[in-house]
Amino acid sequence: MKRILTTVAALAISGQFATAAEIAPSDVVYEDGAIAASLTGGTPGDVENGRKLMNKGAGNCIACHEVTDLKDLPFHGEIGPMLDGVADRWSEAELRGIIANAKIMFEDTMMPSFYKTEGFIRLGDAYTGKAHEGEVAPLLTAQEVEDVVAYLMTLKDE
Amino acid sequence: MNAATKMASGLALAAILATPALAGPDDDNLIVNGEIEMITETAAPAHMEYVDTIYSGWRFRSDETQVVQTDDFDNPGMIWVEAAGEVWETADGSEGKSCASCHGAVDEAMKGVRAVYPKWNDERGEVTTIEMEVNNCRENRMGADKWKYAGGDMTNMVALISSVSRGMPVNVAIDGPAQATWEAGKELYYTRTGQLELSCANCHEDSYGMMIRADHLSQGQINGFPTYRLKNTKLNSVHARFKGCVRDTRAHTFAPGSAEFVALELYVASRGNGLSVEGPSVRN
Ligand code: HEC
Ligand code: HEC
Repeated sequence: MKRILTTVAALAISGQFATAAEIAPSDVVYEDGAIAASLTGGTPGDVENGRKLMNKGAGNCIACHEVTDLKDLPFHGEIGPMLDGVADRWSEAELRGIIANAKIMFEDTMMPSFYKTEGFIRLGDAYTGKAHEGEVAPLLTAQEVEDVVAYLMTLKDE
Repeated sequence: MNAATKMASGLALAAILATPALAGPDDDNLIVNGEIEMITETAAPAHMEYVDTIYSGWRFRSDETQVVQTDDFDNPGMIWVEAAGEVWETADGSEGKSCASCHGAVDEAMKGVRAVYPKWNDERGEVTTIEMEVNNCRENRMGADKWKYAGGDMTNMVALISSVSRGMPVNVAIDGPAQATWEAGKELYYTRTGQLELSCANCHEDSYGMMIRADHLSQGQINGFPTYRLKNTKLNSVHARFKGCVRDTRAHTFAPGSAEFVALELYVASRGNGLSVEGPSVRN
């Protein structure tokens, strides 16, 4: 009995710990556009899920970027640079910063800010065209940003 | 269609099919019914700071889509123009009047109208669109109910009115009393809205000619409106298109007929000054 109780307590603590360590969008610290610390506070990114997010849902990165590794998916955009070899050009911290809020690294860039919840003009409720109400969720969660970073880190030429 | 015009459009078609579709506007010429020569490319009006040459959206569509607009028998938008032609002649409302009762033949009365709207209306003390003028006639001169701003009846009537100006250059006035509205529209054009923080300019000024996912971005000109879209198989109004584009930035859109969209329409129309009126055009 005592033993069970301690396990439950330990679980509760570690659960709390995980949420506490996740960095909220408004608490992110950028250094020259890069983010050194993992947004999840430790849980590593999932490459496979990152690959999916490049195509689907709020990520939809290939709307603007071409990626040879994703050529099984149709219609890659050409608004942003092609992402092949992107891990040779940028560090993990820089890629994290670019995805979270590219406008810090590239002033006035067209690229959306995926981990940001403030400062929008006429924020809508997703794609309904209606006004947004209540708390604002970033386009990607902390975990999803880490997943995309993990995927981008696999895009190496050398 | 006589043999000569048939040959002319046959030639135009051959020219169209010979050009490969690639990034940027293509090199095709638009001649409708073998006789209306459309200006689809011209020098940008002086007020445009960042663009040298303006292009009709037609130049960014695939050859398959382009060809549908070259002949009224193939352009499905013309079916609604014909339907609106009947409505033009049909009395409605408490006064027992039709549009024709006051205006006469549409091709004479309305020739040139599409090219200069939106336009300052002295009596009302505001810039009005064709839709607003149509509803003003319906309510105050015919005693009929207003039509929904971007609804089918309205859009078809605007297409009829546009069709009789086809080939004429767009020439909306942006100075004098219209200037404040034009400035407001310009402000909206460059405002980055929604969670994606995108402005009209991000897509249609900075990125035209590029692919955004499966879409080939044009300059977002409105000289071709109303447009028949193969995607939803009906005529689409300017404000409905604006609404769709703003919604796609994950923003709270403005309503069709709102003061904001009227201002935006004047501004966007002015970016097309010099292109031919094409409506009803065909787009994908
Ligand atoms: C609406 C267009 C758009 C979308 C969507 C978009 N980007 Fe970008 N991205 C850009 C542009 C434009 C740049 C170039 C930066 C600039 O403006 O100078 C860029 C730059 C980048 C860079 C730096 C590339 C290099 O070679 O220097 C990375 C990495 C990147 N984007 C990743 C992503 C990822 C991952 C996503 C999705 C989660 C994404 N982008 C979504 C437009 C976009
Ligand atoms: C995220 C990108 C994006 C933004 C932002 C955007 N549009 Fe568009 N727009 C498109 C796409 C894609 C199309 C379809 C292809 C084309 O015609 O360019 C389109 C089409 C149009 C068309 C139809 C052009 C034709 O010839 O049929 C008009 C008009 C237009 N947009 C105006 C606007 C205006 C005004 C705004 C700002 C309120 C705006 N757009 C914002 C992506 C965008």
